[in-house]
Amino acid sequence: MAESKDGGLVFKPMEQFEVAPLFGDGPVGMFTITNSTMWMALAVLAVVALMVLGTRSRAIIPSRSQSIAELVYGFIYQMVEDIAGKDGVKYFPYIMTLFLFILFSNYLGLLPKAFTPTSHIAVTAVLAVGVFVAVTVIGFVKNGAGFLSLFWVSSAPLALRPILALIEVISYFVRPVSHSIRLAGNMMAGHAVIKVFAGFAALLAISPLAILAITAMYGLEMLVAGIQAYVFTILTCVYLKDALHPHH
Amino acid sequence: MEGDIAQMGQFIGAGLASVGMGGAAIGVGNVAGNFLAGALRNPSAAAGQTATLFIGIAFAEALGIFSFLVALLLMFAV
Repeated sequence: MAESKDGGLVFKPMEQFEVAPLFGDGPVGMFTITNSTMWMALAVLAVVALMVLGTRSRAIIPSRSQSIAELVYGFIYQMVEDIAGKDGVKYFPYIMTLFLFILFSNYLGLLPKAFTPTSHIAVTAVLAVGVFVAVTVIGFVKNGAGFLSLFWVSSAPLALRPILALIEVISYFVRPVSHSIRLAGNMMAGHAVIKVFAGFAALLAISPLAILAITAMYGLEMLVAGIQAYVFTILTCVYLKDALHPHH
Repeated sequence: MEGDIAQMGQFIGAGLASVGMGGAAIGVGNVAGNFLAGALRNPSAAAGQTATLFIGIAFAEALGIFSFLVALLLMFAV
């Protein structure tokens, strides 16, 4: 990617995020099969392979893939129960789906020449707005108008409460924004940094250093990919807890 | 000439926006450092608080990501 055109290096760190049609060169319409579509489908296939095929034998002594599946299941189940409470367990399947989809999209995106669907705000915004709408609807269905007490901080002095209510309402509506941009921004930043170092690898003098830096960044990205999936899920649980128990 | 000045402003603005990431670095370091300080005082309570640690880090980090986003918008979208 770093061919020198007129003697200098050419960096195109954002080229990897371009959405292009998978077949042919037509324009990207609403139902065009793009590389984004393909990698999302691959993520779903990987999840199905792990959770359905991996646990097919239902052995008492689990195989390797079965113990990974059980580990993930137990981890997320514990998290939902700890944070959202017993009545949050009803929404566990949705949260588990979110976690696995994001985790596998992040990890598949780390393969060389791969595309990361979660690096696009369009993808993460759909996930985050889905959570936001679902949580708001659950809050109103479960608590009725009592859900609005989420914004009325009853432990604060009375004079401060209207101001706090305004701040709480604003922070409530900013939630889907920060929720989606956090995931997309982290993924995009990490991949762009790796690509910038890859550009430096074309210079003979510093290429060993650049390759070392790519290796180190790649290790960090493995960590970040897991942590960001975890953070997205745990924030979903926190929002769900707010909807189920809005009283401060 | 005007295009050059506009592009210069774009680059300067993107660079200034990147300064915000330093703030996020301070914030994340603060969260993790305080967690470690507390965890070393009472190691038995630390395991139950890792979820809180990650939530705190995520909130601090999100604001750095916003400044990164502003830099990207200035570079590629304006």
